[in-house]
Amino acid sequence: MSPLEQTWADKPGILGWLSTVDHKRIGLRFVVTTLVFFALAGQLAAVMRLQLARADNHLVGPDLYNQLFSVHGTAMMFLFAVPVMEAVALYLIPLMVGTRNVAFPRLNAYGYWLFLFGGVMLFVVFALNIGPEAGWFNYVPLSGPEFSAGKRSDFWAQLITFTEISALIGAIQIITTAFKMRAPGMTLARMPLFVWAMVVTSFMIVFAMPSVMLASTFLITDRLVSTQFYNPAEGGDVLLWQHLFWFFGHPEVYIIFVPALGMISEILPTFARRRVVGYVAMVVALVTIAFLSFGLWVHHMFTTGLPPLGMSFFTAASIMIALPTGLQIFCWIATLATGKRVQFAAPLLFVIGFFFIFIIGGLTGVMLGATTLDSQLHDSYFVVAHLHYVLIGGAVFPLFGGFYYWFPKLTGRMLSERAGRWNFWLFFVGFNVAFFPMHILGLQGMPRRVYTYSAASGWENLNLLSTLGAFTIAVSMLVFLVNVVMSLRRAGRAPHNPWNAATLEWATSSPPPAYNFATIPVVNSRTPLWEQKFPMAEVTGLPDILPTVLVTRLHDAEPDHVAILPTPSLWPFLAAIATTVMFVGSVFTPWAVVWGAVPVGITLIGWFWPDKEEAARMLSIEVKPSEGEARVVALREALS
Amino acid sequence: MTARSTIDVSRLPTYAFGHRSLMWWATMGMIAIEGTVFAIAIVAYFYLRGQSEAWPPSGAPPDLLFGTINTVILLASGIPNHFAARAAEREDLRSVRLWMVTCLVMAVAFQVVRALEFTTLNTHWTANAYGSIVFALLALHTTHLVTDFIDTVVLTVLMFTGPLNGRRFVDVSENADYWWFVLAAWIPIYFTIYLVPRLFP
Amino acid sequence: MNHQVLAPAGPLSSEIAQLFWVFVAVAAVVYLLVIGFLVAALRRRNEASMRTALRTVSVAVAITSVILLGLGLSDFFAGRALAATPHDPLRVRVTAHQWWWEIEYSDAQPARRVRTANELRIPTQRPIELELTADDVIHSFWVPSLQGKKDLLPGYTTRLDLIASRAGVYEGQCAEFCGFQHAHMSIDVIALEPQAFTAWYDAQLSAAAEPQNPVAAHGRDVFLGSTCVMCHNIQGTDASAVAGPDLTHIASRRRLAAGTVPNNPANLAAWIRDPQALKPGTHMPATQLAGDDLAALAAYLSELR
Repeated sequence: MSPLEQTWADKPGILGWLSTVDHKRIGLRFVVTTLVFFALAGQLAAVMRLQLARADNHLVGPDLYNQLFSVHGTAMMFLFAVPVMEAVALYLIPLMVGTRNVAFPRLNAYGYWLFLFGGVMLFVVFALNIGPEAGWFNYVPLSGPEFSAGKRSDFWAQLITFTEISALIGAIQIITTAFKMRAPGMTLARMPLFVWAMVVTSFMIVFAMPSVMLASTFLITDRLVSTQFYNPAEGGDVLLWQHLFWFFGHPEVYIIFVPALGMISEILPTFARRRVVGYVAMVVALVTIAFLSFGLWVHHMFTTGLPPLGMSFFTAASIMIALPTGLQIFCWIATLATGKRVQFAAPLLFVIGFFFIFIIGGLTGVMLGATTLDSQLHDSYFVVAHLHYVLIGGAVFPLFGGFYYWFPKLTGRMLSERAGRWNFWLFFVGFNVAFFPMHILGLQGMPRRVYTYSAASGWENLNLLSTLGAFTIAVSMLVFLVNVVMSLRRAGRAPHNPWNAATLEWATSSPPPAYNFATIPVVNSRTPLWEQKFPMAEVTGLPDILPTVLVTRLHDAEPDHVAILPTPSLWPFLAAIATTVMFVGSVFTPWAVVWGAVPVGITLIGWFWPDKEEAARMLSIEVKPSEGEARVVALREALS
Repeated sequence: MTARSTIDVSRLPTYAFGHRSLMWWATMGMIAIEGTVFAIAIVAYFYLRGQSEAWPPSGAPPDLLFGTINTVILLASGIPNHFAARAAEREDLRSVRLWMVTCLVMAVAFQVVRALEFTTLNTHWTANAYGSIVFALLALHTTHLVTDFIDTVVLTVLMFTGPLNGRRFVDVSENADYWWFVLAAWIPIYFTIYLVPRLFP
Repeated sequence: MNHQVLAPAGPLSSEIAQLFWVFVAVAAVVYLLVIGFLVAALRRRNEASMRTALRTVSVAVAITSVILLGLGLSDFFAGRALAATPHDPLRVRVTAHQWWWEIEYSDAQPARRVRTANELRIPTQRPIELELTADDVIHSFWVPSLQGKKDLLPGYTTRLDLIASRAGVYEGQCAEFCGFQHAHMSIDVIALEPQAFTAWYDAQLSAAAEPQNPVAAHGRDVFLGSTCVMCHNIQGTDASAVAGPDLTHIASRRRLAAGTVPNNPANLAAWIRDPQALKPGTHMPATQLAGDDLAALAAYLSELR
């Protein structure tokens, strides 16, 4: 083993598995975990569809049904849609920007474990029949102390805490890694669009999550220690919940959607065989979407009787956001049109599926954004249709495109193209059969979240059709699962760059070694692998007795200094356990925050406290800023 | 850039201060997040106030004494904080130790006064939404005070016991940044809790 | 179906439906255009020139902006039309409970106020101004044939106008998840010609019908002697509790238990005997009554038109 391999290797066995800080191992298990939650949440939906397939059905009673739709939505939004995007980013970004790990490797591990434990908590309480039952946005007063008995609503609120901390941790990783650890020569204007999308998403996470954190904390305290935030009888306000939740909730859906836009911007140019048209416009569009998304939240509250003039503003903003989104779509079509003859393969099929499905969702979104129309469509199955068209069309289809695209890089195997086409077509057809009828059901007066309906309503036929579509989706997912399992077993390694793509992750082996790149490449283009000469140059001189990375400057990616990253450690795992105990305990008593903080504090100190031997090694390669400054200046002069 | 086959980064510094450091970005990220929490909580205060006829609905606003004393102590703690950061940048271990211990002494003082503040708010979190939001604002800030205090204790101990290397001075500098945040965040919260009900009843 | 957004039965819902068709038409054209360009881009044999592509993108962005502006303005103007203050409305106060609708017609004279439940009868052609609030959690009043929806929130009073052009029965359902039996919280809005409405209203003002036969008379005694009186009132008797729906004219209503079952003696008896079987989780407790007592009670109530 070379020194580089030794330094970056994990300990063997279960200890290695628990203590790894390799962003690829963590990223991969993170993705797999989110897919497990996706499958579980999908099964809940299957049960709901069975119940709704017939009028006056008695398959599932109101209590279970209310838990089903609440856990389905909560799990899909908090345990799948956002985390899967972050997980893919945590895997890909260091590779795409040409570095060896994320900026905070141990924090990365902690963020994963916390997420896992939170998700497990949700499904455990559901299995015990005490799952949340007030919907994924948990409106008060229904979810408050007076109308929601037991601990169901408290578990929901704590799930928020787990997943929101995990998401915030991911956001800080992504911003710091993308800003400070790019390979020399990768200026911001040469950063891949997926990285831009994730940076933008991460900023949205930073400013949106605090709102839901506050909302859920106020709910917990109303329920646990009798605060009066949401109690109108004592000066509280039921709409305060809605404002706090949706101020987070609207950016949340863009937090899910923007990463998918980034994925399309990576996949589509590869198959169009030319770089994306309008890179700068694309970046500006992403940033505009992020800003605008914070100005839309009241469109979830149009029927609550707010002043009309205020609501007009939110209609305007809600309609306006179609513009930057449209710009992205137009630029992609232009990219396809001006490239060489388009190469069709499974990743591109899913991206094409995005266009067909998401655009419908976007158009119904414009309808819902209009206050007048919203008064009829809000809280009906029309909204259920809309949200699935934008989330599945806008996020899940590109995500599947991403799976087919990056699977060889992550696993060293290609997914079967044939099975991929079956997967795609079953999903595409099944999706439209399942969800298009819901537009009509909403127009026929069917409200959301009803566990049954009468035969006289006339809704039965379309509901039955929808259920058939849902099961077709389930079959397509089985095809995907089988494809994954069979492909992993197949012999034959995937090449470095099976799609002949342009970005840095394809410059290393499939899968990459623990240290990502044997030498850090220097780039001078947005599409480094398509240049005549790649790499432009190579970085040498990074110490290899400890995990080191090159830190570069934000604006121009010139070398700045060498950072020594933390080594593998069990402390993040232990800290996550301690945190979980504290959070779950505080569902039952406020004192858990006090005594639970002690083990959390201990594990955090253990995590942070320097290891003597490692500290000595650090000293042996230490170069103080004052000593190294001259070298930095000289290096930069030589480069320019 | 002219083409070169290698870029040799050996003997570049192995740590750096300020925005050059990776950890600084994490600290700033925390500040952005927690700052947003405070901002939204203050907005919630004004929102609830807007829904109310009288504010406070009943009883007197929080007593000024302990809150104002604490504001003075907090602001004053900026001085040792500033010098601790400067000492860290000079990598002057003795000064770092001295100024950090001073910070801790002041931190103990204002945590004691903070405990007294809680007793003179003239309301209770169960009384009404006003009481709830006042306690929430103060509790949010106190959480930051306490965790920052514990952070600083651990770091100070480490500066005495070791194992030490250059990176630890960067930690001290970033810890000082976070301290500034806790201090600065207090000002709008003090204004909201103590002055708003008096200036704009 | 009498609960369709696109089969409006009044001027307000017509306005909304028309706006909807405008949006759908524009959306369909936009969709076909974009997909058309996509398919063309995928299938072409030669590379399009960058110049053409960029120009097309710019034009597309410009057209999109114009379309969005147009749609936004049309919504704004439709909203203004709908928000116009009605002239001489009939005012009704609706209070939502888990899982029924309490309805009280306003009148300057308290003696002329009618209190009923789950069924809102209105005169045609006249604006109805609903004053909406909730007693417990958030609900939403939605009768698609007549108007968009409005939420009912504890601690707030919201407003909704209704106008029915022609007589008919218009069904609606609670449209904000409100707990267990959200699915069984329907509202019937029955529009009557003005004279028919006045006749109905006057009948509602009268006290409950006297029992016409011994069985019904026994039924009334059963009612007054059991737990029914803890929640329900019947005008003209001593029962005056307002926790639950007013039963003075219960037999005149189309459906029972907020639209859960049609209103007939058999269902009435079944509901009284075991509400949980028809609507699990309902707040109405089961009433333990002997077989013939139950039959008598149902007979009495069935006469209360």
